[in-house]
Amino acid sequence: MYTPDNILTTTIDKAVRWSRTQSMWPVTFGLACCAIEMMAAGSAKYDLARYGMEVFRASPRQADLMIVAGRVSQKMAPVLRQVYDQMADPKWVIAMGACSSTGGMFNNYALVQGVDHIVPVDIYVPGCPPGPQSLMHGILTLHDKIMDGEINR
Amino acid sequence: MKKDTRKNKFKDKFDFWATNSEEGGWNISSTDEGSQKMLEEENAKQIKIQTGTDVIDDFVIDEDTSDDERMIVNMGPQHPSTHGVLRLQAELEGEVVRRVKPIIGYLHTGMEKTGEELNYFQGPTNTTRMDYLSPLFNELVFSLTTEKLIGIEVPDRAKNIRILMTELNRISSHLVALATGGMDIGALSMMIFGFRERELILNFFEKTTGLRMNHNYIRPGGVAADLPDGWQKDIEEILKIIPEKLQDYDDMLLDNPIWKGRLQNVGILTTKECFAYGVTGPSLRASGHSWDLRKAQPYSGIENFEFEVPVLNEGDVFARWRIKVLEIFESLKIVEQALNKMPKGPYKIQDKKITPPPRKRLDESMEALIHHFKIYTEGFKVPEGDAYVAIESPRGELGCYIVSDGSSKPYRMHVRGPSFCNLQALPVIMTDSPIADAVAAIASLDPVIGDVDR
Repeated sequence: MYTPDNILTTTIDKAVRWSRTQSMWPVTFGLACCAIEMMAAGSAKYDLARYGMEVFRASPRQADLMIVAGRVSQKMAPVLRQVYDQMADPKWVIAMGACSSTGGMFNNYALVQGVDHIVPVDIYVPGCPPGPQSLMHGILTLHDKIMDGEINR
Repeated sequence: MKKDTRKNKFKDKFDFWATNSEEGGWNISSTDEGSQKMLEEENAKQIKIQTGTDVIDDFVIDEDTSDDERMIVNMGPQHPSTHGVLRLQAELEGEVVRRVKPIIGYLHTGMEKTGEELNYFQGPTNTTRMDYLSPLFNELVFSLTTEKLIGIEVPDRAKNIRILMTELNRISSHLVALATGGMDIGALSMMIFGFRERELILNFFEKTTGLRMNHNYIRPGGVAADLPDGWQKDIEEILKIIPEKLQDYDDMLLDNPIWKGRLQNVGILTTKECFAYGVTGPSLRASGHSWDLRKAQPYSGIENFEFEVPVLNEGDVFARWRIKVLEIFESLKIVEQALNKMPKGPYKIQDKKITPPPRKRLDESMEALIHHFKIYTEGFKVPEGDAYVAIESPRGELGCYIVSDGSSKPYRMHVRGPSFCNLQALPVIMTDSPIADAVAAIASLDPVIGDVDR
């Protein structure tokens, strides 16, 4: 029986991508104001559990997604990089809020001007702080990105 | 025994400096090259420590007292129960914490320096992000200090709106403290409950100020906007729902033997220790001292409201949890009074030099356009001098000190953060207690790292 080579491959591709989006566990990386909104997104009213994401893992080894929620100071930068390095591949990063995206309103000696100086960022969520809805939109955009992208990144 | 050896070490160090200086006295700076080089090396090391590339480990275990049981454990900065990015270095003997050192600065944002680059009109934008659970208090204290420097008094309606909004903010802040405190100890229902009720208040904030957090609503000269249409209805809803839910919390936790057994007689802080470490706010009142700046140094017309200051005497984690619930009830009383006696009138001071004109006036008046332009570009000038104002934030005494050199920007702005001072008491609470109580102790002090580090 003749089976075209690529049929099986694309199917696994799709299955892998789908399973990655449906149980994406974030690492707890709450830093400042945005962390409170991230917690609000995880609790009763907004309920991240709908996307299989309610399990915020304290250990980076068990996490796929790092939501950098808040301003990253120069002192925190090495810690952030280490947590990122400890996460198992494949991994994604969401820069939540103005401070972690660009440094926000604090253009001074203390802050890293955008977390993309340290780690590769997939999604930037604007706002100061972004509401839970904005964060969810960011997460869904990331899901779309994963569904459309390569599985071996 | 241990304390004595540490004292001697310090004394030796001091003697070294005292004998090596040329003055032969207290002066430690020296002009000769050797000492200069030494100082430079020391500075380089200091900078490394401050930027976090080098962490000093001063837990040197004395050889005669040390045994294999002692071990140093790091907790944080990336840890779900440290309320942000607090880092603790604890020296354990078995399961008992013998010494602990909080290491802060992982969220240092340089806000006091940024405050010198923003004019007084933009100031609240910066200060509101300090203590992110009580943003309106930060704005209020900055605005009150600026108004004290200029010497103006805001209209009655503005004062009343300020009290209404800050007391609602106190409720939402305490709700988060209860929620995260419950989560840390394992009462996960409390976490869900606390955040659910907080949404109710945040919805009102969003309606009024446009944002859920970091409002920039209270500004020098009044508030940014009037209350929205139908605000009475929203407040009435809050006043109706929150007490019911608080009753739920009591049903769930107040007589819960697990909760009581976990928290009672844990992490005791005496009144004396509170005074020694400058602990204020609910933690002080839970230790048996009735001190509330709303009564002691009333601000923004809060002396016209009737409320009680709850005081508990136990000083343990349970009392610090309980007092937050009681304070929510008192804040609800104030909110109800603010609702009933809201005066009519302007919501900001009618001084063209300080508050910008309404948008509509810009189309009609050249003068209004000029004032608008001047305020939004240069800001208003504040007379020379300095002022300190303190208010009662949900965590304690929140003070703001501003030095003005007569320009439109502060020469120096300093904020006395309550979390910073309360955190100093953490070693007192945690020393000689089991490591399992550490998380409960941190949660009960309710530090917000944004306020600690700024």
